[in-house]
Amino acid sequence: MISFSPTEEQQMIVSMVKQFASDEMRKIYRECDESGEIPDNVIDTAWKMGLISNNIPEEYAGFGGEHSAITGSLIAEELAWGDLSIAIHILCPALFSYPVLEMGTKKQKEKYLPLVCDENYKTATAALIEPNFDFDPYSLSTVARPEGNEYVLHGQKCYVPLALEADFILVFAAENGSSQGFIIEKGTKGLDIGERENSMGINALATYELSLKNCRVPKENRLGGPDGCDFNRIMNCSRVALSAMAVGVAKAAFEYSRDYAKERVAFGEPIASRQAIAFMLAEMAIEIDATRLMTWEAAWKLDRKEEATKEASLVKAYADDMAIMVTDRAVQILGGHGYVREHPVELWLRNGRGFITFDGMAIV
Amino acid sequence: MIDFELTPEQQEGIVAAHQAAKELFRPVSRYYDEHEHESPRELIAKMWERRSESTFNMGLDPAAALRIEELCWGDAGLYLCIPGPALGGAAVFSSGTKEQVGRFLGSFNEGEPKWGAMAMTEPHAGSDTAAISATAVRDGDEWVLNGEKIFVTMGKRALEDSDGFVVVWATVDKSAGRAGMKSFVVPAGTPGMRVEKLEKKLGIRASDTATIILDNCRIPCDNILGSPEVKKTETKGFRGAMATFDATRPIIAAQAIGVGRAALDFVKETLENKGIKIRYGTPRQKLTALERDIMDMEANYKAAKLLTLRALWMMSQAQPNSLESSMAKTKAGLAVTKITQKAVEIMGPLGYSRRHLLEKWMRDGKINDIFEGTGQINMLVTARRVLNYSRDQLK
Repeated sequence: MISFSPTEEQQMIVSMVKQFASDEMRKIYRECDESGEIPDNVIDTAWKMGLISNNIPEEYAGFGGEHSAITGSLIAEELAWGDLSIAIHILCPALFSYPVLEMGTKKQKEKYLPLVCDENYKTATAALIEPNFDFDPYSLSTVARPEGNEYVLHGQKCYVPLALEADFILVFAAENGSSQGFIIEKGTKGLDIGERENSMGINALATYELSLKNCRVPKENRLGGPDGCDFNRIMNCSRVALSAMAVGVAKAAFEYSRDYAKERVAFGEPIASRQAIAFMLAEMAIEIDATRLMTWEAAWKLDRKEEATKEASLVKAYADDMAIMVTDRAVQILGGHGYVREHPVELWLRNGRGFITFDGMAIV
Repeated sequence: MIDFELTPEQQEGIVAAHQAAKELFRPVSRYYDEHEHESPRELIAKMWERRSESTFNMGLDPAAALRIEELCWGDAGLYLCIPGPALGGAAVFSSGTKEQVGRFLGSFNEGEPKWGAMAMTEPHAGSDTAAISATAVRDGDEWVLNGEKIFVTMGKRALEDSDGFVVVWATVDKSAGRAGMKSFVVPAGTPGMRVEKLEKKLGIRASDTATIILDNCRIPCDNILGSPEVKKTETKGFRGAMATFDATRPIIAAQAIGVGRAALDFVKETLENKGIKIRYGTPRQKLTALERDIMDMEANYKAAKLLTLRALWMMSQAQPNSLESSMAKTKAGLAVTKITQKAVEIMGPLGYSRRHLLEKWMRDGKINDIFEGTGQINMLVTARRVLNYSRDQLK
C-alpha cells in the first residue's frame, strides 16, 4: 500500500539524529572545516547512538535491529544536514561492515562484525575511487590476481576516508574484469597510505590516497569468499546513501537562504518578497522533495532485495545535479554575503559539488 | 511505513486502464486530433458502459493517479472526454453540503453519459481569479447570473451534449474582492446560458474548450456552494476554490505524467529496436549524450510522479496538501514539457512527423503546464507556502 510515512521507530531514530545534528554538529562544523579536525568526543557521542551496531545481529554483538536502506537514508539525510564531513566520518565504519554483513562469509562476519559493535568508535573503511578522470567502478584499474592461497593486489586508490586510522580497509579491485572486495588489515605489507588529501570541500574529513604494490592478502579475505560479493548492490546502496546526503546538504542550504531572504531588506522589503528570489526558493524546495522521494523509492527496492540499479543510478545523478543547483542558489541568494566564510552557504556549495565524485564513500 | 507497493486490486485497475488506453484510445488518437470538435461517440459509449469499473473510478488517492497516468498515456484529449463530473464534481465535493453532493452527483452515473465542468476563467481574468467580473445577484428564490466564461473544459459536452452541469464562479459583491467570490451549480438546459464558441487548440483537441455566456441566467438559490454571506474578513468562497485546486492539481499532474511516459516509451522502444541500450549505472563521463538525455527525462518523470503520488496520498490521509499539490503540478508541468520536447528532438524526423504520435504528445503535454494554474502561478503558490507568506507579502 503506497505510503510516505516513516514507521514510528524510524521517526524516533530520525528525531534523535536530528537533535544530535543540530545540537552537536551544527555547533562545530565551521571550525572543523577550517581546522580539518573533528573533535573525538562528537564522534564518540554519535557512536553511542548505535546507528551502525543497531543493524548488526545479536550473534555478532550488535543490537539485532533490522538493517534497512530506508532507515539508513533517513539517518544519512539528517546527519548530512548537520555536516557532510562529520556525517561521512560517523558512518565510515559502515562502508566496511555493511558489505560484510550482507555478503560476507560466516567467518568474515564472526571476525569483523563484533568489532564495529564495540563501545568505542572503531575505524574501518572502504577504498573504491581511483585517481583517474575516467574512473569507472565497474572497470577498476586496481587489480587482484589469485596466487596460491593468496590474492595479490596492485593499484592506486584515492578518497579513502580515514584510511590512516582504519584497522580494516575493504579494497575493491578488478578480478578477471569483475569488481570484488578484499579485506586488507592495517599494516599489511604492500599497502602504503599516502598523505592526507586536500579537496575543495569536505575539509573536516580525513581522506587519503593509498597505493597497493604487490599487496598480498589471504584468499579468505575476499569478500563473500569463493562466491564473491554483489558489487552492483554495494554500488546501489552507496548511491542511495549519497543521494540522501545530498538531500540533507541541500536542505541545510535551502533553509538558511530562505531565512536570510526573509530578513534581508532591499528596496524597502525583504528580498523574499520578490519573485526572482521566491521562485528560486520554491524550485529548490520542489527539487529537494523530489530527490528525497526518489531516494526512498530506490531504498525501498533495496530493502526488498530487488534489482535497483535503474532507480539508484537515476536518483544519484539527479541528486548530484540537485545538490549543486540548490547550494549554488543559496550562495546566490545571499549574494556577496554568500561568498564570505562568515556564512555557511559557501561551505555547502563546496560540499555539494562533491557528490558526483563521492562514489562509494557512504553506504546504507 | 514508507511503501511503494500496490495492492493486487490497485494493480488490476492500472492494468485495465492501460488496456483501455491501448485498445480504445490509441487507435483513434490521431483521428480525433485531426477532426477537432468531432465527438468520439463510440469511445464515450464504451467508457460509459464501463463506468462502474474501478478503472474509471477517479477517487482521489495515489492509485487513481496511476490509472489516470495510464489513460493519458493512451490519449490526454480523449481522457478528458470520459463522461463524469470531473472538475465540476471536485468543486461540489470540496465545497458543497452533503445534500448538494447528493443532489448534483447522486444520480450522475445513471442514464445517458453526463459531464461536469468548471467555469472560472474570463477573457480578462485567468490566474487572477479575484478579478472575476461575472455577477450573481439574489432575486427572491433565485440567483441571477451574468457574465462570460472562457476555457471551460468539456463545457459543451456538459451543457449541450448531456444533462450535466457547470460550476460557475461569480461575485456577489464586487467591492468585497475575494470575499465576494462564490460558486454556483448551473445545470444543463438552464435558460439564459449558452455555449458560444469552441476553441481551436494546440493540443488535446479531442476535448472541447468552450466559451459560456450567462445572460440573466436564473438558478435556484440553493445551488450556491457554501454560504451566500459576504464577510469582508472572510474569503471562504475563495478558499473553496483553492481547496478544489488542492484536489485537482495532482490530477492534472497525473495527466502530465501519462503524456510524458508515452513520449518516453516511444523513444526507448525506438532505440531498443535499433539495439541501443541505456546503460544505467555507468559513470556519467562514459555515457553518450543520448543516454544522458534519456536518463534525465526518466528522472524528471519519476520526480514528478512521486511528488504527485505524495500529494494524493496526503489527500487520502486527510492531511492538508496545498503545498504538495502545487509542487506536484509545477514539477509535472515542467517535466512533461521538457520530456516531450526533448523526445521530439531526439527522434528527429520521426518526432516531427504526424505519422507518429510524438509530435501530438508534445502539443498535448503543454496544456498541463497551463490549465489549473500555469507553472508560474503554481510556483508562486509553492513559494508563498515555503516562505509562509501571504499574497500581500509575495505578489
